[in-house]
Amino acid sequence: MAQPRADAPSKIILEGSDLHRVVDRIAHQILEKTSGATGTVLLGIPTRGVPLAHRLAARIHAFEGVDVPVGSLDITLYRDDLRMRATRALGKTELPPGGIDGLRVILVDDVLFSGRSVRAALDALNDIGRPSSVQLAVLVDRGHRQLPIRADYVGKNIPTALAESVKVTLTEVDGSDEVRLIGGLS
Amino acid sequence: MIRHLRSAADLDAADATLILDTAGEMASLTGGREVKKLPALRGRTVVNLFYEDSTRTRISFEAAAKRLSADVINFSAKGSSVSKGESLKDTALTLQAMGADAVVIRHPASGAPHRLAEWVDGSVVNAGDGTHEHPTQALLDAYTMRSRMGRLDGLRVAIVGDVLHSRVARSNVLLLTTLGAQVTLVGPPTLIPLDVAAALSEKTQVSYDLDAVVPDSDVVMMLRVQSERMQDSYFPSAREYSRRYGLDVARLRKMPEHAIVMHPGPMNRGMEIAPEVADSPRSTIVEQVANGVSVRMAVLYLLLGGK
Amino acid sequence: MAYLLKGVSILGAAPADLFIHEGVISDKPVEGAEVIDATGLVALPGLVDVHTHLREPGREDAETVETGSRAAALGGYTAVCAMANTSPVADTAGVVEQVWRLGREAGLVDVQPIGAVTVGLAGKQMAELGAMASSAANVRIFSDDGFCVADPKLMRRALEYVKAFDGVIAQHAEEPRLTEGAQMHEGEVSTRLGLTGWPAVAEEAIIARDVLLAEHVGSRLHVCHVSTAGSVEVLRQAKARGVRVTAEVTPHHLLLTDELAAGYDPVFKVNPPLRTRKDVEALRQALRDGVIDVVATDHAPHAVQDKECEWAYARPGMLGLETALPIVLSVFGEDWDLIADRMSVAPARIAGLDGHGGDLTKAGTPANLTLVDPSVSWVVDPAGLASRSRNTPYAGTTLPGRIVATFLRGEATVLDGKAVK
Repeated sequence: MAQPRADAPSKIILEGSDLHRVVDRIAHQILEKTSGATGTVLLGIPTRGVPLAHRLAARIHAFEGVDVPVGSLDITLYRDDLRMRATRALGKTELPPGGIDGLRVILVDDVLFSGRSVRAALDALNDIGRPSSVQLAVLVDRGHRQLPIRADYVGKNIPTALAESVKVTLTEVDGSDEVRLIGGLS
Repeated sequence: MIRHLRSAADLDAADATLILDTAGEMASLTGGREVKKLPALRGRTVVNLFYEDSTRTRISFEAAAKRLSADVINFSAKGSSVSKGESLKDTALTLQAMGADAVVIRHPASGAPHRLAEWVDGSVVNAGDGTHEHPTQALLDAYTMRSRMGRLDGLRVAIVGDVLHSRVARSNVLLLTTLGAQVTLVGPPTLIPLDVAAALSEKTQVSYDLDAVVPDSDVVMMLRVQSERMQDSYFPSAREYSRRYGLDVARLRKMPEHAIVMHPGPMNRGMEIAPEVADSPRSTIVEQVANGVSVRMAVLYLLLGGK
Repeated sequence: MAYLLKGVSILGAAPADLFIHEGVISDKPVEGAEVIDATGLVALPGLVDVHTHLREPGREDAETVETGSRAAALGGYTAVCAMANTSPVADTAGVVEQVWRLGREAGLVDVQPIGAVTVGLAGKQMAELGAMASSAANVRIFSDDGFCVADPKLMRRALEYVKAFDGVIAQHAEEPRLTEGAQMHEGEVSTRLGLTGWPAVAEEAIIARDVLLAEHVGSRLHVCHVSTAGSVEVLRQAKARGVRVTAEVTPHHLLLTDELAAGYDPVFKVNPPLRTRKDVEALRQALRDGVIDVVATDHAPHAVQDKECEWAYARPGMLGLETALPIVLSVFGEDWDLIADRMSVAPARIAGLDGHGGDLTKAGTPANLTLVDPSVSWVVDPAGLASRSRNTPYAGTTLPGRIVATFLRGEATVLDGKAVK
């Protein structure tokens, strides 16, 4: 996939405070759509899906006092482009103590783009257990799907050109919170 | 990442740590779940080319490759063209034609994996060559030490016995010193190779006195000693060897509380290790076997998983 | 055929014309002589190798007397001594005469057979040394090379016995018990590579024993392929005491070290093995000092399958004839007197080859000589060598000095860098 050059112009789409509001909104939507987030597990897709999942759980707890179990699901070994790049280090897969069988799993990722990562995550889930249903929460949907996949919860839709890229940074991983659009003309 | 794993010296600290970390992930991905198979090496072919009998190592590699969904072909010296005198080069060309993505080789001649790597395009993994090296054994030993002791840096490791003929010892010295451990080789002078520190790592020490080393060791790794060695005057008798260099209960007691006992297997109970020691809770011998599969999965994934 | 070598430099002296006529050096011009422009070329007495493996009879797939002779001529040699470890072993008058005859038929160098010391090189029973000495092959050097004459009593007897016909025993100094299963020099590198070591002391102990035996019985001893600094010291002391011992060193032991084994490529496997830098330095000094008398190639051709295999299963040995002079040139520079002595004059003396190693400035000297262009460098291409085998450790190496022509008793065996037949 074409990547913008490192010195390409970029612009901030979401600043820290915007990003927090967006997370809050997703948390509310989850509560609403899952009747209080009961029987629900949040699984973050490494790297940035994991802190996002933890943030969502914390906000849900703050809003309604519900403790939603959080885990992580590494998809590296399930990727369809494994052999197109140098070998990647594995991320962590950690399921909550109660597992996922019979529960509603909400996959959490930072950016939804081609849908291939989500496909890999669904395959990985399949090997781990049998949830009652699977939903998808993303901070940003930038379009250009290559698979029949859509998100149940979207923080922000950002129309992009293929040549552009969306970069999410999070305090836990990168030291600051923001969403940036890189490349293109604007 | 490197292309072949012929020697523990092929690994720098970063690569070695990546393998150990990946092995940890592999262990948690396959432990306690129903589907133990991972799709990462689907469509890849791993050949186990074994010129020596080693059911343990072969099964370990086979399980590792299969859990990563690779196709596994076992090519053993017995009952094959190998025993009919086919050269390693001709065998290599055959494997090449079959499209082997990796060849795991166990061979009685030191350096056979280096030769093989010149004749095949795929990755070569050394599963033990002569009296040279056995790098995946060293990786699983390091993995076991790290899981038990929580670290490798600064860990005091004694490797005891027939270092001269031990491929496990060579690989362990190279890998452990790369990862910051302090290694002391212990054995009768006849079984400690000349210039060993200069040859392998200047950070290695040598002692001929097991009793002096045991109280200051976090890990005591016992090597298999073949009693045939006494025919070649390396030591006078099995009894004398066992008294001077065997790990018995008395020596086990002199080890620090937290220290562990390791053995790459197969053991000569009563020779280099007393049965009570081998079966004590401080022995990691069974754990070492289990960790072998995770470590070999990590190696195969990191060598073959990418482009 | 008569030749006029125009403007040739004999052993680096001022350019002059050299005439060859009726097989000898002539001091006057000859009508109708073929003129060779030898400007910039150095004339050396034809090189003499006291240690060559020609493999015939038995391993004609690796080398024959003819292909080995061609390699020798192209390397500047006019005489080679063919080692006895053929199949059958050259331990009878019949076999040495066969090799000698094959050499004559090839006609490119004088092939002087070496006879085995013991029957079948087995180290048990003395071969018929006298019969070989009085055969047409006129054998003077006897050697079990490849194996050591380890039995001290047998070695003593052999040293004594050959006095009757001014023979010499050339010992392959390798204590067999200390080198069981040995694969390479014992030291740091062998420890790292997990290959069984060949300790220097296994060579030194035998040389020490043999110089004492030779001294005791008043016989001549020649030591093959000296490879260690310790051996040099033993020889230095023996020579100082007046022991009649001569010694050879190979080009590869003057240049290469055991570090080359690191990739397990058996092209670097040789017996005695490549040693350390310190040994190489000691051998170079010993050759300069004359403690070591000659450079001998130990040219050891091996078929491809005997080298393209695991290190432990490979046969030891390297090609040497076509690269010996360039290696010596690269190590010692253009010290032509040294080169002529150590590669021609001294070896001819040891082997008793009277027509070789003569003085090229004297009329009447047999015209055994070679012309070298020291200004040309060349890259060693195994496929371009005349030997039937390819096991040179110098593939891809740039070496100085090219043999332009070689003459055997006045007849060109090499012209324009090519063998004439």
